[in-house]
Amino acid sequence: MPLIELDAAGVAVATPDGDRVLLEPTTLTLTEHRVAVVGANGSGKSTLARMLNGLVAPTTGAVRVDGLDVAKQGSAVRRKVAFSFTDPAAQLVMPTCVEDIELSLRRRERRAGRRRELALAVLERYGLVDKADVSVHSLSGGQRQLLALAGVLATDPDVLVADEPTTLLDLANTRRVGDLLLGLEQQLVLVTHDLDLARRCDRVLVVEDARVVHDGAADAAVAAYEASVLG
Amino acid sequence: MSGAVTVGVYRPGETLLHRLPVGVKLAALALFSLSVVLVRSMPASWVWLGLALLAALVARTDLATLLRAARMILVLALVVSAFQWWIDGPAKAVETLVDLLALALAAIVLSSTTSVNAMLDAIVRWVGPLRRVGVDPERVALTFSMAIGALPGTVTLALETRDAARARGLGGHPRAYVTPFVVRVVARAHETGDALHARGLGDD
Repeated sequence: MPLIELDAAGVAVATPDGDRVLLEPTTLTLTEHRVAVVGANGSGKSTLARMLNGLVAPTTGAVRVDGLDVAKQGSAVRRKVAFSFTDPAAQLVMPTCVEDIELSLRRRERRAGRRRELALAVLERYGLVDKADVSVHSLSGGQRQLLALAGVLATDPDVLVADEPTTLLDLANTRRVGDLLLGLEQQLVLVTHDLDLARRCDRVLVVEDARVVHDGAADAAVAAYEASVLG
Repeated sequence: MSGAVTVGVYRPGETLLHRLPVGVKLAALALFSLSVVLVRSMPASWVWLGLALLAALVARTDLATLLRAARMILVLALVVSAFQWWIDGPAKAVETLVDLLALALAAIVLSSTTSVNAMLDAIVRWVGPLRRVGVDPERVALTFSMAIGALPGTVTLALETRDAARARGLGGHPRAYVTPFVVRVVARAHETGDALHARGLGDD
């Protein structure tokens, strides 16, 4: 598994009323296969997740993936760390499904014919091959999230950071996407409100008021989170 | 999700026009467009329209796609033609209308027989020599694809915003609709930028 290190990494933004802290300086080492991040809306979960591949740069401290600094070696880090968003509509940029996968493969495969074959193989793996030439706008929400995940996984990353991948999905699709994510060989950092999904991870971080307040084995951490909310 | 633009026009197939290299097709379209614009005569206009229809036939472009494209251009063409009728008389107006239709049909035939990725590969090849003066061909191609992809996304946002305004009983006033629409388009642009960034596109 890759080694993700947060070294007193924190994020603050300047506002007219003074600095607002999105994430207090946090020190963590993530080596587990599946790490879940849970917590309330606006607690800093997404900021934490976005720092892992440089979408948000830490304003203090540093974040390193396998020794690569996300702020200074961003492009090398992003080749290792893929990121998926809650709303797949924002990350599907090409008109048809196969073309969106091909876009991910452009860097790896220059020959157009071979690239298409690879893209179709990716769609096959995610059960979307019959949608290859269909417009991405005509897919259902579940299919769209699957396609978005297929798109980021097509580049063969070492780590996948998924920001609430099941929040917009129905029960069947939540289960389908959840099983897919937890079955990955890659290291997974999963930000989620789905506590069943979190319980299936190897380690859970609970984020509250811009800091990690609990960090440990899944069942204990989820129980602590539930207790903090329900009182 | 509705309307003409939200659905991709490209239809895979094995016809002669599908198999022609992108460069040949684009050059042919450029030549065709130039001829349509330069040759000013009524009989010629009908020939252009005939040629465009022939191309659609060869490409087996389905009727629905053609009609959609024709309907979109027809609104514009009618306005322009009405104007021409007023300035130059009916003959000129009909010529303009037929010419515009021929151009639109020819363009739709190209789009329906050429996938966006094939177009991008061609652009990367053509822009390639400019690499020496600091142009990144992949980035140019990505810009084109983003522009193409932004259209259906923006139409969807417009429809959603309109529905949201209606649901709150604000349907009638443009301000209730335009401001949130612009805000959402900008927000979507930021999200898409993040997504591209996350996928490492445009990094090198």
